[in-house]
Amino acid sequence: MWRNWIPFWEPGVSSYAGDVDLLFAGLLAMSVAVIMLLLVLLAGFAVRYRAGGHADRSHRIRKSWHWEVSWTAATMIGFLGLFAWGASLYLEVYASAPAGLPIYVVAKQWMWKAQHPGGQREINELHVPVNRPVRLIMASQDVIHSFFVPAFRVKHDVVPGRYQDLWFEAEKVGVFQLLCAEFCGTDHSRMSGRIVVLEPAEYEAWLARQDVGGTLAAEGAALFRELGCSGCHFGTSAVRAPPLAGLYGKPVPLAGGGMTIADERYIRDCILNPHAQVPAGYEPLMPSFAGRVSEDELIRLVAYIKSLAAEPRQ
Amino acid sequence: MKADVETNYLTADYRLRSWFLTTDHKRVAVLFFATITLFFFVGGAAATMIRLELATPQADLVRSDIYNRLFTMHGVVMVWFFLIPSIPTTLGNFLVPLMIGARDLAFPRLNLTSWYLFLIGGSVTLYALFVGGVDTGWTFYAPFSTMYSNGHVVLAVLGVFIAGFSSILTGLNFIVTIHRLRAPGLTWYRLPIFIWSLYATSVILVLATPELAITLALVALERITGIGIFNPRLGGDPLLFQHMFWFYSHPAVYIMILPGMGVVSELVTCFSRKNLFGYKFVAWCSIAIAAIGFLVWGHHMFVSGQSPFAGIVFSFMSFVVAVPSAIKVFNWTATLHKGWVSYDAPMLYALAFIGLFTIGGLTGLFLACIAFDVFVTDTYFVIAHFHYIMVGGMVTAYFGGLHYWWPKITGRLYPEYWARAAAILIFFGFNMTFFPQFILGILGMPRRYHVYAPELQVWNVLSSAGASILALAYLLPLFYLGWSLFWGRRASSDPWHATGLEWQTSSPPPKHNFVATPIVERGPYVYTVDGEAVPQNA
Repeated sequence: MWRNWIPFWEPGVSSYAGDVDLLFAGLLAMSVAVIMLLLVLLAGFAVRYRAGGHADRSHRIRKSWHWEVSWTAATMIGFLGLFAWGASLYLEVYASAPAGLPIYVVAKQWMWKAQHPGGQREINELHVPVNRPVRLIMASQDVIHSFFVPAFRVKHDVVPGRYQDLWFEAEKVGVFQLLCAEFCGTDHSRMSGRIVVLEPAEYEAWLARQDVGGTLAAEGAALFRELGCSGCHFGTSAVRAPPLAGLYGKPVPLAGGGMTIADERYIRDCILNPHAQVPAGYEPLMPSFAGRVSEDELIRLVAYIKSLAAEPRQ
Repeated sequence: MKADVETNYLTADYRLRSWFLTTDHKRVAVLFFATITLFFFVGGAAATMIRLELATPQADLVRSDIYNRLFTMHGVVMVWFFLIPSIPTTLGNFLVPLMIGARDLAFPRLNLTSWYLFLIGGSVTLYALFVGGVDTGWTFYAPFSTMYSNGHVVLAVLGVFIAGFSSILTGLNFIVTIHRLRAPGLTWYRLPIFIWSLYATSVILVLATPELAITLALVALERITGIGIFNPRLGGDPLLFQHMFWFYSHPAVYIMILPGMGVVSELVTCFSRKNLFGYKFVAWCSIAIAAIGFLVWGHHMFVSGQSPFAGIVFSFMSFVVAVPSAIKVFNWTATLHKGWVSYDAPMLYALAFIGLFTIGGLTGLFLACIAFDVFVTDTYFVIAHFHYIMVGGMVTAYFGGLHYWWPKITGRLYPEYWARAAAILIFFGFNMTFFPQFILGILGMPRRYHVYAPELQVWNVLSSAGASILALAYLLPLFYLGWSLFWGRRASSDPWHATGLEWQTSSPPPKHNFVATPIVERGPYVYTVDGEAVPQNA
């Protein structure tokens, strides 16, 4: 394959890594061509027109504007092409993420914790099936981290205070390095882990082998009752709160106009900062749970509310 | 029109107070030169420790907390206390009045104030770095810097805050001077490109630095009082910090490189004995870079969670800002065509600049290209890229300019062979240090890593070996330039047979620069077809 011919380059192994590698090859070819041209011109002029040399200096270029316009235009066109290439690939990959296997990732100084919907947990390791899109919902408990898997050509910051989405599809079974790319304190360079890509059957077997208390959603349901959420959101309480069944993934009209999609981020924000985006027709009565629930607990609550998506809307 | 005077600015008065209370722009330039040279070697020492540590994959020289303090010290010192002030406060301070035929800057006392502010700011930051250090990286990213860091963040930030006012005052001084104090006949299109580029730099200094001051003040405020600005736990937004920080810090990159481009324009014409190709294009490209440079900050945040649409717009603007830089490279190259090219040390530096800056610029396109940046951002690819611009470009230009104007500043000639040897050694040492870092980047080594995967060691060893050559090469000028102060041959007023006004007065210049105000007759780079210089004023 052509990618093996770039010196010191290890071809990427995710579904869009080939496109990123091709882009790299294009940028590299352009750069080498420009550098060679420049070196030839610089060296050529420097030697040919050295002081004391006898080269002909008459008929110097006096009016230079057409040269200026030409190389400005050529540069512009070249740059526009590269921009369009990079931008279209970026949009293709990131503007519409495929519905993938959701895995929750919590980053903290200095470890990665991954949680599968079935309740399986792992630290500094992430098992994923091959050839299947995986969607990471990432949160940070302290400072900014960055989820970086060089072999997949993928990286995204994990900024505290919000969920970050990232998807990839591994194309090769094996073990790949996971690194933290954003400086996060003392052991930043040791905040690494392994991505273990398995055949689908092996992945299922791995999931089954894990010691699991309950699914994330089941744990979330227990937490939901414990925190007293069910009092208002379910049942016949005097307080009228928005029903959560069938909510996930649906558009929500907001009080004060506007619309939002009830994704993980919206659900999280509503738990922590309920008055920011109140659904139309409801009073801003809910207390904030900021400081009362950890990122781990939030993940469970979100997973539980997501699990209600299949139920009919009330 | 040789100035016929007994004393020059150096011999006018020998008392200490005549230096520390001077309002002579040339003496202030010398004060700045001594100060930033000190900072250059402090930052360089930190870099040396970093490269030593990285020669092996494990941690063996220092603990992680110390390593983190070393790269923070390297970044903070090099960016704010060497690169940003380097050319403007030394060569700029010395040359702006001389090149425009003025007796001094518009505000001589403000100029001295600028040096004192710089000294105070630098001392505060150095104090913070030595009494316990800072472990945030030079970028001070929140909420790490405002809540989690266990270093002296507030002190370090305070030093940078104070030094910022030095930048603002210098920028203001240059703008007013260039507008108001040009010699008779010196129209804008007769100004040397060095002046154009310093003008563009000054505009950025004045407009961007206050914004950095606000950002740093907010970091200190959040850290001291716990008022929520950047920390989400307190209701703040970490991305707000990044927007505010890069809104200054990307234009700051142009503060660093534009003066270098100005120096190279002077060197290329002088050592090609030819008018600069496309003078007006080069001049306006400086202004264009300064203006567009304010609209590209988001390319530091492609993976931070800003919207994909914003990412695309910033990617586009980042390609646009590269166009004027490319135009400059073409014009410098075309200047050599049909010239009389000689290879004195300053020209070697200029040629090295063109090559290294071009590599830095081209790899900048890799990073502007958003889909590829996702892969290499925050890796050694970025480190290599900006060192090609900042060190390969800016520091090389600074050294070139220093050699070129050394006879004017000191009145002495440096030993040419040593200077050429140093230039060549710097070029090779530099490439050996930083080219392997591109490869480390595409192999996925993140920046600010104290320990790394063993298979990456070979590239790190190469880089560290290069760094030791580079460190020696940077020490060389200290010796032979220092030697020349005492034993160098005396310089004539115009040892390079150049055209600018600064060469029409004696070396070193008298206290008030010119015996009689020069009357400017023509553009800055007029040479006959045989390469004879035609001075601007005769």
